[in-house]
Amino acid sequence: MQRYIARRVLHSLLAILAMSLIVFSLARITGNPLDVMLPLEAGPEDYARVSRHWGLDRPLTTQYLIFLGKAVQGDFGNSWKWHGHSAMGLVWQRLPATLQLAGFALLISVLIALPVGVLAAVMKGTVWDSAAKVIALLGQSLPAFWLGIVLMWVFAVHLGWFPTSGKGGLQHLVLPAITLGWFQVAALMRLVRSSMLEVLDSEFVKLTRIKGLSEWKVVWKHCLRNAAIAPLTFFAIIAGVLMTGAVVTESVFSWPGTGLLVVDAVRARDFQVVQAVVIVFAGIFILTNLLVDILYAYLDPRIRYQ
Amino acid sequence: MATVTARTLPWYAPPRMALALRQLRRYPLVPVAILTFCLVIPAVLASQVAPHDPLKGSLANRLKAPAWQEGGSLDYPLGTDKLGRDILSRMIHGARVSLVVSLVAILVGGAIGTGLGLISGYFGRWTDSLIMRLVDISLSLPTILLALVLVAAVGPSFGTVITVLVVLLWARYARLVRAETLAIKERDFIARARVAGASHARIMLRYIFPNVVNSLVVLATLQVGYVILLESALSFLGAGLPRPTPAWGLMIADGRELIVTAWWVSMFPGLAIMLTVLSLNLLGDWLRDHLDPKLRHV
Repeated sequence: MQRYIARRVLHSLLAILAMSLIVFSLARITGNPLDVMLPLEAGPEDYARVSRHWGLDRPLTTQYLIFLGKAVQGDFGNSWKWHGHSAMGLVWQRLPATLQLAGFALLISVLIALPVGVLAAVMKGTVWDSAAKVIALLGQSLPAFWLGIVLMWVFAVHLGWFPTSGKGGLQHLVLPAITLGWFQVAALMRLVRSSMLEVLDSEFVKLTRIKGLSEWKVVWKHCLRNAAIAPLTFFAIIAGVLMTGAVVTESVFSWPGTGLLVVDAVRARDFQVVQAVVIVFAGIFILTNLLVDILYAYLDPRIRYQ
Repeated sequence: MATVTARTLPWYAPPRMALALRQLRRYPLVPVAILTFCLVIPAVLASQVAPHDPLKGSLANRLKAPAWQEGGSLDYPLGTDKLGRDILSRMIHGARVSLVVSLVAILVGGAIGTGLGLISGYFGRWTDSLIMRLVDISLSLPTILLALVLVAAVGPSFGTVITVLVVLLWARYARLVRAETLAIKERDFIARARVAGASHARIMLRYIFPNVVNSLVVLATLQVGYVILLESALSFLGAGLPRPTPAWGLMIADGRELIVTAWWVSMFPGLAIMLTVLSLNLLGDWLRDHLDPKLRHV
């Protein structure tokens, strides 16, 4: 177990390093990194300041070490577009909104996917199963940003049930969360269905039936608990998809989270902010992957020896 | 009893047409038809079938409604956008953009992935560990963010989009081809080819590669839809193709702020994406079941 964890931690560190190396070299690959880091309207004193900040007169390896050192301390330079804010400060300021949205989206997708997936497995081959299949197919073929616009058109513009965009109460959260969660619903449902099918077929389920337990208890207590292991790994993927999906959803609904921040930063060529968001998101993404892998290995010992 | 059956049989035996239909239903006809009409014909014959220039508009005709709505005309069957450009013509040219981007990205990514996968599986040892670590890392990078950094650094262009997509795509091919190579290289005919004096490169290309082509075709088909979705998402965010390219994602982005006044600007391109991706997924599933059932988990 320790060896497995050590190996996985090492992999995660490598992945984070790779991401930092990509960000670092992208700024420098195009020639003068200052041209990338600073927008067109920057003056000579800006150039001198940013150059000093990142040690751009030193050799490349030293520059990378400086970059890494500052990144570990959370220093990604100052934002150009949002004066007087550090890039990292902006990320921290916007992160709660993104987490709120992602959390709500996760809740919605689990609330839909779990019962539908279980039903589809229990009623395999019936109309319900086919309906679930159609939902899954649609989920994987609908572009999230378009779904967001359609939802906005129907429920905000025509029916007026929800506001079109912005942040506020629970009402503001509903449409973005459905948009963000929809893609996960499809994937999660398929996963729940297939692992439920596997469990429903096993010996211990027959035993619970022989014991005379009610069908309700057999399905929702004994089967679901065992079938939940496979969807669990999926949470790592979901965490990643929700994070990157948030970028799209937030810009559809003008939700003031980190995703909207990074899109605005790209448009304004505010590279300091872009690199801060990307490193933080990649860190979260890779860490959740790591945590779930470890949790999974803990729950299912067969994984460790692969 | 026998005579009764004989007499009733013609009643229940399906007519020839129904039999033929049943034969046809074994093939994914609807997806293929949708793909032909939504993607292939528009993409190949864009300039011939599009009624207007996709880039030129007239401000006099801006934001015209689709033909069946009040204020619409048959000149612009699906309406116009805020610059007076014909939506239908832009969608037709958009099909070409989507198809070209996804094909180029998958060809390049697939070629790189296949090459590295063959090398990784065939040579094993440290080459294998090195390439597989690269695969792990590449699969654990967050997609859209990677694209955003690249675009922030070098600006949006066709080349940038292709680069991003290739970086995202190659790893799956490498993993798949490596796994198959590992199994194939233990078979007798590889050892015999080696004894006959074939070089490593020849064995990989002439003996192993033909045996993984089926899986590659299935994976590539399943990925076209994914790539179209990804490309449109990137374009929507302003991190894909630059304006005024008639890309579906860009058209949806154009319509976002017009949703209250001109719903058609973003609705139709979205429908096009949905239909093509849906059909590609169905076609991919069918191909997988028929060419390579062991790929079910991909």
